[in-house]
Amino acid sequence: MFEIRLHSRGGQGGVTAAKLIAYAAFLDGKYATATPLYGAERRGAPVVSFIRIDDKPIRVYSQIRNPNLVIVLDESIMELVDVLHGIKPDGKVVINSQKGTEVEGHQTYPVDLTGISLSLDLVLAGNPILNTPLIGAIAKMGIISQESAKQVISETFRDKRNVEAALRAYEELKI
Amino acid sequence: MLTFGTGNKAVAMAVRDAKPVVVAAYPITPQTEIVEEIANYVTDGSLDARYIPVESEHSSMAACIGAAATGVRTFTATSSHGLVYMCEMLHMSAGARLPIVMANANRALGPGWNIGAEHSDSISMRDTGWLQVYVSTVQEAYDATMMAFRIAEHTDVLLPVMINLDGFLLTHITQTFETIEPGDFIPPIATPHAIDINNPGGYGTLTPGNTHFKFRHDIERGMKASIPVIEETEAEFARRFGREYHLYEEYRCEDADVVIIAMGTLAKEMEVAVDILRDEGIAAGAIRMRWFRPFIVPNLDGKEVVVIDRDYSFGYGGVLAGELQAKSGCQPFSVIAGLGGQEVTYDDIAEFVRIRRPGTEHWFGVDD
Repeated sequence: MFEIRLHSRGGQGGVTAAKLIAYAAFLDGKYATATPLYGAERRGAPVVSFIRIDDKPIRVYSQIRNPNLVIVLDESIMELVDVLHGIKPDGKVVINSQKGTEVEGHQTYPVDLTGISLSLDLVLAGNPILNTPLIGAIAKMGIISQESAKQVISETFRDKRNVEAALRAYEELKI
Repeated sequence: MLTFGTGNKAVAMAVRDAKPVVVAAYPITPQTEIVEEIANYVTDGSLDARYIPVESEHSSMAACIGAAATGVRTFTATSSHGLVYMCEMLHMSAGARLPIVMANANRALGPGWNIGAEHSDSISMRDTGWLQVYVSTVQEAYDATMMAFRIAEHTDVLLPVMINLDGFLLTHITQTFETIEPGDFIPPIATPHAIDINNPGGYGTLTPGNTHFKFRHDIERGMKASIPVIEETEAEFARRFGREYHLYEEYRCEDADVVIIAMGTLAKEMEVAVDILRDEGIAAGAIRMRWFRPFIVPNLDGKEVVVIDRDYSFGYGGVLAGELQAKSGCQPFSVIAGLGGQEVTYDDIAEFVRIRRPGTEHWFGVDD
């Protein structure tokens, strides 16, 4: 089972991003679950979502304690939350960063999702849309297929710039 | 059709496919998505029903009662405080033998204020005469909702059915599920005592002491009769649609020395705990209780029993553990865990089995 923990702030689209990644895995023919962790959330507060992907039906509902991959949609969260808590020794980290932030001890994939969205003017209610470029980045890492990534975005968002954002993130993320 | 969505969405889609004529509802976290989705289906025409937004849960059940009394299919959804607020109407709907179907997103009751998963809301409605089923996957949320209409409306039963799904853990998780075209799997509703303007009758009349008990006893007849109806419905569902359900689900129980028993999502996660224990050489098994009313007792002869209750009856104990003990004579290790969305993992569940002390109670997270 491949387990992903996604850290974001309320309003950044982290919960939707988790659903979209799981949906892409579903389209790839896998079993997948996306779970938001709800507390006293409000706009701007740190929130966590979980994604599980497996070849077998998933029977686990509890939180992910030892993720294979950690995604950080807002790097300022790293000052408040230990995003690496429990990460597997070979666990990887994707960070939305404009300055190429890396973490020690784990392979880090910085990608400027915010910059990509802003350059395409992909802004919703004042916030750059991060989940569509994120899907491009996750596809680049081979966790979901390119075809499913495209299908998920085109089914969910009418605006063609979302596909463009995913493609740019796909190109930008170095593996 | 294979699709992907939340537990809430699965319930809403099952309701759309089961085609009720009246849906009356009041929103409450974490079930709101169910009634929002249904309202969308009514608006876009994919469900030809009257959607009645009401001012409270008491009124939503009252509206369902009024509609169901005319002999039409009805649905509502609620949770927690909403459920206990409609308590009076739950007794009314069962007593009037109206086959209303309702989804309940299991959630704690406050104070202290908490919106996490807990079964205390539905368990406290135990004696209303409603059938109660507890589901553990998004697929099962869909399937159980579909089957609920057939079971409730069966003329041997004519009792309302509550589908219980763990708040957030199941209402908000996104999983793969398959929708079906029910066809005549759910026959047209034919409530024998439906209001007929051409044949006026009395409703809600006085039943004095020399007759009232007969009506009460008749509810129990319906409840008892529901067991073969549930079994027949589940068998027919499996035959038509390929997915099997039973009164309770056993996992690796054949040669088990110790079985863990629970309801809801915990009861699915405990299968993983059983696998861990088996690897350690402990002959563990799991029984997921699906129906709480009617209460169906598994054969526990010769097995040690660990019961996890996501509920509590103050001054008594874990309700599921107590009922199993009373009906089967087992001496369970009664674990109280998961209240208010308390995090319980498969490792925790495996540990409950390792530390079991038959006949005692253990509150997870509380130092005994």
